[in-house]
Amino acid sequence: MKVIAVLAALVVALLFQTTLAGMSLEAGTRVNFVLVAVVYVALALGPLAGLLAGAAGGLVQDAVAGSIVGIGGISKTLAGFLVGVLGAQFIVSQPVPRFVMFVGATMVHELCFQSLYALVEGQPVRFIWGTLLVQAAVNGGIGLLAFQLVEGAPRWRQRRYARRSATLSRRRF
Amino acid sequence: MAESFRKRTGWIFLVVMVGQVLLVSAQVQSRAGVPVIEAVSFGAFSRVQRATSSVVGGVRDVWTNYASLRGARDENQALKQQLAELEIRLQEQRALAARATRLQALLELKESTPLPTVAAEVIGGNPNATPGVREITIDRGTADGVQTSMAVISPGGVVGRVIGRPAAHAARVQLLIDRHAAAGAITERTRAGGIVVGAGGQPPLKMDLVSNLLDVKAGDLVVTSGVDGIYPKGYAIGWVETAERGRGLYLDIRVRPAVDFGSLEEVLVVLVPPRPALTDDEKAAGRSR
Repeated sequence: MKVIAVLAALVVALLFQTTLAGMSLEAGTRVNFVLVAVVYVALALGPLAGLLAGAAGGLVQDAVAGSIVGIGGISKTLAGFLVGVLGAQFIVSQPVPRFVMFVGATMVHELCFQSLYALVEGQPVRFIWGTLLVQAAVNGGIGLLAFQLVEGAPRWRQRRYARRSATLSRRRF
Repeated sequence: MAESFRKRTGWIFLVVMVGQVLLVSAQVQSRAGVPVIEAVSFGAFSRVQRATSSVVGGVRDVWTNYASLRGARDENQALKQQLAELEIRLQEQRALAARATRLQALLELKESTPLPTVAAEVIGGNPNATPGVREITIDRGTADGVQTSMAVISPGGVVGRVIGRPAAHAARVQLLIDRHAAAGAITERTRAGGIVVGAGGQPPLKMDLVSNLLDVKAGDLVVTSGVDGIYPKGYAIGWVETAERGRGLYLDIRVRPAVDFGSLEEVLVVLVPPRPALTDDEKAAGRSR
């Protein structure tokens, strides 16, 4: 069940990413939905799930993007694994630590991704820090939102169930 | 439990990362246009090959050396034997060459000598170890015309004379350095006459009866004078080594022999019977002629 959920999350994230990039190239660099999904899985399920999700998501993203398959996979595997390990060591149930995790994971991912590309192409490493910071912040925000949505869904369902139950009771009596 | 899970996660992480690195490498070309994975694997494999080749080469060398050593002893023995045989043959060849040289010199002497001669080989020395006695035995005797007191010469000079009664195929020769031997002699430069006798010592000859008034000095060649009736005239005896004024009327002259008596092997016997020694009148007549 968890595996299906993770795969579904990755597929959805990839769809979002491709759709957004198709709408605007600039907007596509401001967020990385797949990375958000990977970090989310790593925080929620641990390092093993994080690294597997990172590998799968990264490879698929690379394949879809038409770039060198594996560079994104390595970057996301590393990010997912590190986040999973840190998430298992520290309490990251509050928004701020989670935000820090997303930001840090984005940095690690981008650092690894750009370094690998520079290594492969024989070019010096170049970072566009502004875009990177924006992406890190957006990723963090979307990640927090995702946590809120997922963690709030049961409560929301309970509240809705309770409301529906109350309405039915009033009608009966 | 948690520990094993952590270990397993670590291993999985490692495997996934390595797998992706290989995947990336497979797609990336190196600077030489070869895929990185191929270049890396080739480089790594070439090192393995080099190490393998080195090990195999070392083993092969050891085996080759061992196999070579197995045959080395027999080969060494054979080579030693061959070397010994070659050394013997070399010595034989050297001896033959030396003999040929001696015979050549002897032949030249024989041809240059107007007197009849016969070549003889030294076959022995004096069996008696008497001090001062210097004799040899040659392989010619009466059957070859050898008679007592015939002169014996060599390419170097006068050797001695036949003494005793010769056998049919052997004869004893008294060397000039024998203490009882004597020969009439003159110095070639000043014609100072005297008698060369065996002295026993170094040098083993001395020249007696040479007047103090005559001019003799070191380096003068002493030759036979022919007055003794045994040795033909003009053959070398030796060189004056020292010539000093003696106590009496005569010089004290030491002569180093022209012949190396230690290495005599072939000689010529002058087949001229000895004649009586010249008298003083005959000597004077000979000089006037």
